[in-house]
Amino acid sequence: MTLRRHFPLLNRPGPRIAYLDSGATAQTPDIVLDAVRKFETHSRANVKRGVHRLAEAATEAYAKAREQVAAYLSVSADEIVFTSGCTGAINLAAHSFGTLLKPGDEIAVSELEHHSNIVPWHMLATRSGVKVNFLPIDGEGRVVVQTLSPRTKLVALAHVSNVTGAVLDVAAIVAEAKRVGARVLLDGAQRTPHGPVDIPALGVDFYAFSGHKTFAPHGVGVLWAKAELLDAMPPFLGGGEMIASVTTQGFTPAKAPAKFEAGTPPISGAIGLGAACAWLATLDWAAIAAHELRLTGRLLDGLRAVDGVTVIGPQGLQCRAPVVSFDLADAHPHDICQIMDRHGVALRGGHHCAQPLHAKFDLAGTTRASLALYCEDADIDLFFAGLAEAKRVLT
Amino acid sequence: MNDALYHDALMALAKDRTHAAALPPGTGVTVDNPLCGDRVTLDGKLENGIARDLRHKVRGCALCQASAAALARVLDGKPAATAIAEAQVAVESVLAGGPAPAPWDAFAPVARHKSRHDCVKLPFSAVKSLFSGT
Repeated sequence: MTLRRHFPLLNRPGPRIAYLDSGATAQTPDIVLDAVRKFETHSRANVKRGVHRLAEAATEAYAKAREQVAAYLSVSADEIVFTSGCTGAINLAAHSFGTLLKPGDEIAVSELEHHSNIVPWHMLATRSGVKVNFLPIDGEGRVVVQTLSPRTKLVALAHVSNVTGAVLDVAAIVAEAKRVGARVLLDGAQRTPHGPVDIPALGVDFYAFSGHKTFAPHGVGVLWAKAELLDAMPPFLGGGEMIASVTTQGFTPAKAPAKFEAGTPPISGAIGLGAACAWLATLDWAAIAAHELRLTGRLLDGLRAVDGVTVIGPQGLQCRAPVVSFDLADAHPHDICQIMDRHGVALRGGHHCAQPLHAKFDLAGTTRASLALYCEDADIDLFFAGLAEAKRVLT
Repeated sequence: MNDALYHDALMALAKDRTHAAALPPGTGVTVDNPLCGDRVTLDGKLENGIARDLRHKVRGCALCQASAAALARVLDGKPAATAIAEAQVAVESVLAGGPAPAPWDAFAPVARHKSRHDCVKLPFSAVKSLFSGT
């Protein structure tokens, strides 16, 4: 693979950076940086509000970004809502879709969810009296699809776990959700960096993801929802640009997606995300997936050979994304990460905003290596060199 | 560079089990760092203002372990209020890159790693809670 050359930070002078923290923030390719720079230097202005040439250009670029993101997800651009991130997207759904629910209605999440797909539902439960149920996970950190309560109105799950790397059995979840008439929301934050997503084929109702994990700037994300849902849902935030009209007596909201984009949206970030999606759509994903999987296999095989290491997640490569978390007996993840940094290896240690999952495995935290398309064998070599030293120092 | 962060003196503190104990739930006070999930449980008693029988249970990193061990070492058998204040001054100094007496001098390399300062400070939150009012 030669994709690393597109990422300037990974090619800066000096010792190699083995960037294995893409699950937290992916690096940004030249094509995205160029798109953002072009906007900032040629057409920076607010969108929709002005008639001058810069405003026209900004509005056009923002609309193009929406089309590019929609194409990456095989959906209509009118169903793409730009948000502040994946967390913002799920909160939007929880607040807005949540107003359509009644006390006693139920929402199903799972024990492996990121806090951003737990806390908004807990908050909704506190506000409105809905009940939040937790689907269990198995010993490999996969969601166990089980019979849903007939009162379930929404199933909100991670498409890919940000800790275990397990890929959700979406077909099984959608089938069970349909049986009880529930909607399905997928948190796609750890899925969208690994190739285009065919949302219609998944059969879900909501899809959320973040820009910064998909090679785009921070501060932008997306909530996709079926048009019928966006039409039925009330606005979340109020302000400029989300209205059809305002009087002293009240307001009439605009149509979606404007209805959900109050105030100045993350224009520059959205343009970067559009460029990222357009670039990603041109790549050979069969080859990238095989490459990512091979490196994941190297990680799993190498970790299994280290005395005291337990991989938290699927032990094999089937239905697995390149996210590998592990526990090293008697060594704390932050200490491991600190020592690995000395080798130029960027990892993430801690509970990864997934405390219920770690509680399930009776762990305070884990050390996580999360790969992206720019990772190479040299990164895995550095990883194991650093891990050997961490083990020597800490255990 | 963090070459010296896990130097011998600091790791010796981290592995010092003198005051470590398997404290059952509900014993003493427990404080958490919600960002990283570290947890310190500290137990002990005051006898005429003297800290006695200090025991700690740390679910945390080597820096947090070392800090808890150091704190228990300097407090046990001493006037609590004075010893806590002196330890606080020492740890603030060393984390700011200044001088500090033993055992706090072992934390000197942590000064360069701001993201790890809270690891060292967490046991202080525990001891202040345990002996609040002293």
